[in-house]
Order: sequence, then C-alpha cells, then structure tokens
Amino acid sequence: MKPFAYARPGDVTEAVRTVAGEPAAVFLGGGTNLVDHLKLGIARPDVVVDVRTLTSREITDLEDGGLRIGAAVTNSAVAADRRIRERYPVLAEALLAGATGQLRNLATTAGNPLQRTRCVYFQDVTTACNKREPGSGCSAVGGYTRYSAILGIPAALPDPTAPETCIATHPSDMAVALAVVDAQVQVLGPAGARTIPFVDLHRLPGEDPSRDTVLDHGELVTAIDLPPLPAGARSVYRKVRDRASYAFALVSVAAVVVGEGDVRLAFGGVAHKPWRATRAEAILRGGPLTQDAVRAAMAAELAAAQPQPGIDSGNGFKIPLLTRTVVATLRDLTQAAGA
Amino acid sequence: MTELLRPRAIGRDLARRDGVAKVRGTATYAFETPVEAPAYAHPVQATVARGRVTAMDTAAAEALEGVLLVLTPFDAERLASTEDREYAVLQSDEVAFRGQVIGVVVAESSERARQAADTIRVTYAEREHDSTLSVDRSDLYTPEKVNPSYETDTAEGDVAAAVAAADVVVEQTYSTAMYHNNPLEPHASTALWEPGADVPLTLWDSTQGVHPARAAVAKVFGLDEEQVRVVCPYVGGGFGSKGTPHANVMLAVMAARALPGRPVRLALTRQQMFVLAGYRTPTIQRMQVAAGRDGRLSAIAIDVVEQTSKIKEFAEQTGIPTRMMYASPSRRTTHRLAALDVPVPSWMRAPGECPGMFGPEVALDELAEALGMDPVELRVRNEPEVDPETGKPWSSRHLVECLREGADRFGWRDRPPPRHRDGDWLVGTGVASSVYPTMRQATSTSLIRFEAGRYVVEIGAADLGTGTWTTLPQIAADALDVPVEDVEVRIGDTRYPIASVAGGSSGMNTWGSAVVEAARTFRDTFGRNPGDGDEAQNGVDQAATDDDHAAYAFGAQFVEARVHADTGELRVPRMLGVFAAGRIINPRTARSQFIGAMTMGLSMALHEHSVWDTRIGQVANHDLAEYHIAVNADVGDVQAHWLDEHDPHVNAMGTKGIGEIGIVGTAAAVVNAVYRATGIRVRALPVTLDKLLAALP
Repeated sequence: MKPFAYARPGDVTEAVRTVAGEPAAVFLGGGTNLVDHLKLGIARPDVVVDVRTLTSREITDLEDGGLRIGAAVTNSAVAADRRIRERYPVLAEALLAGATGQLRNLATTAGNPLQRTRCVYFQDVTTACNKREPGSGCSAVGGYTRYSAILGIPAALPDPTAPETCIATHPSDMAVALAVVDAQVQVLGPAGARTIPFVDLHRLPGEDPSRDTVLDHGELVTAIDLPPLPAGARSVYRKVRDRASYAFALVSVAAVVVGEGDVRLAFGGVAHKPWRATRAEAILRGGPLTQDAVRAAMAAELAAAQPQPGIDSGNGFKIPLLTRTVVATLRDLTQAAGA
Repeated sequence: MTELLRPRAIGRDLARRDGVAKVRGTATYAFETPVEAPAYAHPVQATVARGRVTAMDTAAAEALEGVLLVLTPFDAERLASTEDREYAVLQSDEVAFRGQVIGVVVAESSERARQAADTIRVTYAEREHDSTLSVDRSDLYTPEKVNPSYETDTAEGDVAAAVAAADVVVEQTYSTAMYHNNPLEPHASTALWEPGADVPLTLWDSTQGVHPARAAVAKVFGLDEEQVRVVCPYVGGGFGSKGTPHANVMLAVMAARALPGRPVRLALTRQQMFVLAGYRTPTIQRMQVAAGRDGRLSAIAIDVVEQTSKIKEFAEQTGIPTRMMYASPSRRTTHRLAALDVPVPSWMRAPGECPGMFGPEVALDELAEALGMDPVELRVRNEPEVDPETGKPWSSRHLVECLREGADRFGWRDRPPPRHRDGDWLVGTGVASSVYPTMRQATSTSLIRFEAGRYVVEIGAADLGTGTWTTLPQIAADALDVPVEDVEVRIGDTRYPIASVAGGSSGMNTWGSAVVEAARTFRDTFGRNPGDGDEAQNGVDQAATDDDHAAYAFGAQFVEARVHADTGELRVPRMLGVFAAGRIINPRTARSQFIGAMTMGLSMALHEHSVWDTRIGQVANHDLAEYHIAVNADVGDVQAHWLDEHDPHVNAMGTKGIGEIGIVGTAAAVVNAVYRATGIRVRALPVTLDKLLAALP
C-alpha cells in the first residue's frame, strides 16, 4: 500500500476542484472496492477525497413521476425504500442480490456502479494486465476465464499480447438494473454539470482498457435519476452464481416487460459493462413473447459472443446458461402477469 | 481392554469455558499478544515460479522512515539446520515456486512494512517451470511411504482376474481439486529474542501444538528446546495447516533475532495463505470395483496420482481407506507422485480419508446403480467381519448401524424417484460412508497439582476452537473423581508438560490418556485428601496400547440435493450424519465439530477449488472473494447424530476422536444425490452448475 493524503472538503464543488487539480486523486464513497484496491496496490492515489458526507442521502420524487437517488444513499437504503420496491422491483432485487448486508450498509448509489471491473489478474499486481498497467498484456486470455466476458470483445481479439485486450466483467448487480430502467446519471465536473444516460456511463475496453467509464477526471456523480416505467410494467432481477450468496454473477438478467410487445433486457457477468440487449429487444418488439421467440432473440444477441477458452474448459457455458436464464425469467414474468 | 472411566462430567453438555472471553474479544491471539513496542514484518515473495534471485535493490525500502530491517537471501543469518527446505528461509537465492519467501521487511507499522516490501526490486534469472499435474507424466514416482508412514502400495488377490470374471464392473476416474485451508485467523506470530535471558526466544504462535512447534524452531535455529518458549492459548482454526510450522514462523523468528529486544509480529495476508500455509494436493483416482449380482465385491482398487513440491515431499495417503473399508477378496492401492515447481502441500482436515473416500464412495454408488440395488444395502452387504487389511478384529465397528439409523432419520426409504421434480427443482438424495482411524500419539504428559482447594491440570495441549479448554476438565474431573468445577486446566504453553500435536483426531485420545494417568498417579500418591501444593505427573501409557484390534470411527452421511431446472444452480437443503466415534465427551462441542466438518465437506463438494494457473505457477483465485467456501445461505438443515458406542479397546475414556470424520464421504454423498436428481455423474469436484446444464430439461 502506498501512503496517500486524505481530504474531506466542505462541499461538492470543492471536492471536484480538489480531484480535478490533482492527477492522482480519487473520490472515496463507501470504500468497499477502493479500500481493497488501496491495500492490494491496484489503486495508488496520492490524494483520497472523501465525499461521503457531501452528496445527498435522500431519495426524492421527480415531477415526471420518477425518483432521484442521492449519490450517498446506501445500497441498503435504496433496497429498503418503499417507492423503489413498488415501482422498480428490479433495482431492489439487484441490490439485495449483491454483496452482503454489511457491505450494502456502506456501499453508495454512486460508488456501486463505479466499482472497477473484476478479474483475478487485475487484482494481482504480480501479473500482466492491460487495465492496471496499459500495454503489459492480458493474463486472463487462456487463463482463469470462468468470470470473464463473452460479449463486447472485438473479433480480432482476444490476443493476450495486444494492448487493447481486456476480458474483465463489470461486477455490479445494481448497474444491470439501472441499465434496464434507462436511468440517468447526474454528474458535476470542473466544467459544470451534465447528464449521462446510464447505458452510456460504462465503456467497453476499446483502445483503452484502463478506463471503465466515460467520466472525465474530476467528474463526480451526484445523483442517479430513475425515469418512470410505463404503466403495467413488471420487472425482475435474476442472478445466477456459484453459491447462494456473496458471489459475483456468472450471468444475471434484469428484465422489464410492458405487455407482450415491449421487453427490455440487460445482462450482467458477460461484458466489460452492464450489457443492454438492444438486438434481442428489437427482435422481441411487437411480440408475441413465446419461448421460441426469446431463444431466437437470444441467438441473435449472442451471435457475436466470444466464449473464452481457459482453465477448466473456460466460460462457454455462459451462452446456454444466459439463454436459459433469459427464457426462464421472461416466462416467469409473463406467467405472473397472466395470473 | 481398559476399564473405562465412569462418566459423570464426561458426556455433559457444558458451555465452552473460553466462550465468554472469545465473544468479548478479550481472548488474545498470537498477533495481538500485548507486548512493548512491537515491530511488524512483511514477507517479500518471488514473482517467478522457478529460477534464481540475482539481485535485490532494497535501497528504497531501507530509506523509508520507520523501516527497521530488510533481510534477503544475501544477508540473512545462516540457519543451523536447512534439512527441511520449507523452513530454510532466505538460505539460498534459488526460487522453487512462485510466492516463495525471498526477503522480509520489518518496520514500525504493518502498513510501512508492506509498503517497503512493495518497493524492493528483484532481478531474477528465470528458468522454465513445470507445475502441471497429469496421469500421463513420465516422471511420476513412487514415494517410500505415504503420510505419515503408511505403505505406499498394497495388493492382495488378483484384481485383474476378479474384474474379468465379475458380473458388474465400475471402472472410472475421479478427481478432487486443490484445496487451501483458510482458518478465520491466518497464520500469525509474535516473536521476541532476548539474547541474555534464560529463555532467549519467546514465540507466541498460532499453532496446533506448542511443543512440536518449539522442537521445529529449536532445530532450525540451533537452540536447545529449553531456550525456546512457545505460547498459544487460543487458535482461530487450523484444520491441519497449523499442525506443523510453515516458513512464516521461521521468518518471524529470524526477523526477531535480527532485532534483539523488539517483539516482531508477522501475520500472513489472505493471499499469502494460498502459498505459504500448505494445501491439499489435487488427486486423480482411478477406481476399479467389481461385484457379483448379489452386490458382494470381488475386487476394489484405487490408483492415485497426486503432487508434491520439489523441495519437500508430502504424499497424501489417499488410497488407505480402500484397504480396510469393505470386504473384498482382492484389493489394490497405489500412490504415484509428481514433484512439481509448486508450494509445499501439507495436512488438511482428514488427509488421506477425505479425498480417499471420494472416488470409492461414488464408485459404490455407480455400482449400486448398475446392480439396481439400494446403495445403503450394497454397503451393508460388504461389511467385513474383521479388518480386511490386517485381519485383526475391530475394536468396534458400527457402520451398518450408522447406515440404518441414518436412513431412518433421513427418511431414506421414502426418498423420491430419480430425476424427481418439485416445482423448479430437480431433487435427489445420496448416501456415503465415513471412516477415520482412531489414533493416539506416543508422547504426552500431564501434571496435576492441588492448589487452593482446586485441581490444576497442566499440559501443553492446544485448543483450535474445538473445545479442549472445556473437554479436558471433564476428563480430569472423572479421572480424579471430583466435580468438574473443581478442575482448572492450563494448556497452550511449553511451560506445561509436553503434549502432542492436535492432529489426526488424536488430541483428546492422547492428552486425555495422559491426564488419566496423571490423575491415577496423583491419587495413588496423595489419596483423596491431598495437601496444598501436592503434585504428580504421568504420561501416556504405552503399555496400554492395544495392538490386537483395528480401531476406527465410522459414520454414514445422507444428503438431499436440489438442482434448478432452468439454471443448474445447486442447493443442499438437508444433510444428516450418524457417527459411531466412541464416547462423546461433550455433546455441544462434538456437534459443533461434526456439523462443521460436514459443512466443510459440502464446501468441498460444491465450491472449493484452488484454480491452478500452470502458465504462471500459482493459484489464480487466491482470495476469499474468488475461492468460494460455503456461506450461511448454502447451508441448510445439518444434523449430526451419534451412536452410544462403547469401545473398551481404544483408551481409558473410550474416545475415538471426532475432528475429522465429519468431512469424510460428504462430497461423495453430494455427488450421488446430484446424480439421482439429474442423471449426471460428476466425477471431478467441485460440482458446479456448468457441469449439469446439458442434463436439464
């Protein structure tokens, strides 16, 4: 662990200014991911700027019928909020599927989606990793890929020696739910405030695997807005993991169904970002939502998937597993709607 | 035959004597021993799997404020004994596995020590490494003995002929994964070197045996045992990984010797636990089982391939339960090892029996399937009258009773048909047998002193969290024929008489025997009305060792597994074990051991797997976020029952040892239940959902 200065500014403007003015400064929310990374030497900031008491701890009603969740509201508080549970069950369920009660009591609304992507090699500073040390290569390719991505990997990759290669996955459950409900991210930066559609917050590795999001240095998430879901919408979060609790998703599915012809899907555990299944959604638009139709839509969505070989036969199982999970999730949602 | 102690305190459901201190946090563990001005050590580890360290640039580390000491292979003290190469820390520039200790930093704070260790730049002459375990290796070798001193290979009868002639044959290969012990308390020490003192080295160490630890440390540093004191009142779990010291202990002592008068603390990080604290070798078990239509075995054979490290041999005795478990006229067991560029394997709960009852107990289930026979009945039909290996009668063997009672309690007769579906879940039940040898170590002595109206019993034994603080007084009370409240037991310090390691489920058998002998001597010497300060000591009575019987504990485990029909997710809502393990000293602590071990077996079945990356030579998932153990949500109704077993041949208490048997057979029972639920036979642990997807509706 590298020593760092700890700053606790008086307000968000000062916090943004402090981080923006210091190349190796970071914001500290609940710390459930950052503190691990400080200990492991993955994050090596000079200054840690604590914003836990600066941003809102309130969930407020918006005029359009949606909700605004302050950046400092804990995951536990969001999951317990009656409005969230009634209007956005997919979000409450995703939160409760993540981590443990103790961690959810600390983790924040802004911090959870901003946790880093996960990969055992990213977590180990003695191995090559393009995300941690750009250009050093990717140890995950051909290694332990059970939790690695299958989507969003360019056809020419993965090449373990190419500096663009990264097959890490984004581990947040909450982020998958926020992607499916078309949340909006309120951001304050040195140049002022802006709003980013949640589906655009996270990036694929592209040319620069070291960057997980589109946020510029010094930009601070101040709130996340949930637009109202259409009347009659039903939503659910289904997480499949290797043990019953306290494990990252092998695959997860966030689904919103509004009648037969409007299905929204987002996946976790399969890509560098929460994966909004726009291709499958387009195919399913207009219905009817039969199991064959869902399977066909999933085949299209996964047409470009690149299952990763690796230790213990890699992660090719994610393709049938994700398809089965989506089929089952939509079956249960529509059966529940019919009942 | 021994006359067993009349149980008065023995058998009582007494609360743990150390419970309150542990709950309040006042029980001190090795790392938190109150000492003046402690310094903190952090190991430097090799980042190549094989080669030589050619240079270490320590200037930046030494320049940091608060850094007291940096040791490397180039300047560390030369040890008196380097015979055990795991203990020979910093004695050579050679790197034998990735993560090996190649240096240590000591600083005023643990954070500073870790920071300084990170700044050390190491140059290597790297060599190609080889850490791939496979049955196809041409360099597999036959160890002289398997742990601790069993024959490597055994053969009786003609397995090949029996297989050729049998009505039904199962020939399959089973494998267990690499596993790492991760007790809640990582390996940790506080070491103090005071050169002028009568006892110059004091070592507070998290260990399963203060006396064995002292002997190892004294030898490595060329000290008399009297010059070393090892203290360990409490242990936050060991499971075998603290049964012998590891490199971290020698490193802590070495650092302390370089800083006379400064207590030095060293605790392994969780990641370091996956390199330095031992592990269970992966095993590959080729099984052959042959039987007639009546289910009687004509042959059973296990050929085991497993690994060890190049610097130190540890040969897991995986094949040994096959030698004695079931009646079969022909039997064969073999062990072959690959010596690899890997860390040193070691003891993990029930070495031998735990992996070694996986292949056989799944193979028996496959045989029952092939015969169309109830797997409980198949086991009953192969019950041997005497020990098949030695021909000796059993001291007591109640496996059949365990199977029958377990089947009754579990509702085995009413179990659902194969591939039964209950809503979204496929449901199956499975059974397997458990076994563990009853052992007693050769050396242990206890001192009993009458002091202020109470009996003080001293013995350098250990409590790993298992209950020794509570159960040893129960034995002493009955041996002295006094109320348990009148007995105070002192353990965990080499100032108390020598005691054996808490290992092989032998602790209570051994220490209890010593206490009984000491109590006898005390009463013979001082009668029933001793004076204040009267004391007597005695030890394990070797003459009383029973060589005429084969002594084992047995058990049967029943499991209900559920597999989600959509996703393959696995749940085990019910586990039930019935054990015949001699007399139970304390049902509360015993139940905790049984269900703890069964849970560990569940964890082995479904989760645990150190994923070895042969490209870099290390465990890829080396922390508890990635190396899964069962969490509360994975564990449903776990029941442990035991028979009221009377065994006059084992020792004066009638105990057989219970620390390990609960993990034996569990994983096989889970696999057998999953087969019944899905029709998929998973022969390579762990059972994970991806292995079941193909069978789902």
